[in-house]
Amino acid sequence: MSSTEIDRQWTTRLRHRVARRLPPEKMLPDTQPAYVASWIYVFGVTTLSALAVVILSGFILALKGPQWWHTSGIGHFVNSLHLWSVEIFFFAMVIHLWGKFFMAAWRGGRSLTWVTGVVTFLTSIATAFTGYVSQTNFDSQWISTQAKDGINSTGAGSFFNVLNFGQMLMWHIVLLPLAAVILTAVHVLMVRAKGVVPPFEEKVEAR
Amino acid sequence: MAGSLLAALVSLDGPGHYFHWHWIDISYANLTVIALMVVAFVAALFAPFPGRRSKKETK
Ligand code: HEM
Repeated sequence: MSSTEIDRQWTTRLRHRVARRLPPEKMLPDTQPAYVASWIYVFGVTTLSALAVVILSGFILALKGPQWWHTSGIGHFVNSLHLWSVEIFFFAMVIHLWGKFFMAAWRGGRSLTWVTGVVTFLTSIATAFTGYVSQTNFDSQWISTQAKDGINSTGAGSFFNVLNFGQMLMWHIVLLPLAAVILTAVHVLMVRAKGVVPPFEEKVEAR
Repeated sequence: MAGSLLAALVSLDGPGHYFHWHWIDISYANLTVIALMVVAFVAALFAPFPGRRSKKETK
């Protein structure tokens, strides 16, 4: 078999493409440019770390079930861990996006990094919302009955029924977290592939 | 323990408190979080980052 025949395989082409766009030293770099030494760059990783705690505490809640998280001490604790890591997640994500907005971090072919960020933000809101209506308490009952008219008036109610507990729970623990995690992975890989956006050109002042 | 301390500080036993101004209607809890985000954002821009050399040294 000649080498050109092997080159035509999709596995070979994909490997070359990945190796070209994301070589190991770009994927896991040793150093970053000097301007990255600022607290504003910490918020992306804070968001990522909070997301990890959200997912892990969610796994424990899923293992044990609502009777456990509503009635036992440890259950309450893990439930709180899940809620408060979500609070930190959104808190950090909003500061992260403010930072990227004022840096115009979509410059230099990074528009898809920004756009995946926006879509992750919207997906996260939907994930949080389905979580609130899956609490199996009066709070979730109140939220879903308040939300139903608004959502039904858009027509989305025909396939997304906030009063359907089973459906909301599945969206919350399967579909939406899966989407959020995949989007986040793509987002971070894109940052690594492109490198951190350089600062605006400094104006040279006449002396 | 920390929970009861916090509960003593902010009573959550009752209806929420709302800030109302024209068409803006937002709970003080949410308003506080937004204010804290602005504070954290400004602090992130100006707080010195450990290990960063100052501009004078690099010149
Ligand atoms: C799950 C939510 C998110 C996670 C985990 C996340 C994570 C990250 C991380 C780790 C970085 C690199 C480090 C840094 O610059 O802070 C980054 C960069 C970036 N993020 Fe996010 N992010 C999220 C949401 C968002 C949102 C909502 C936006 C804007 C709408 C956004 C826009 C950007 C942009 C434009 C960059 C590239 C910065 C550059 O190239 O210098 N991200 N993100």
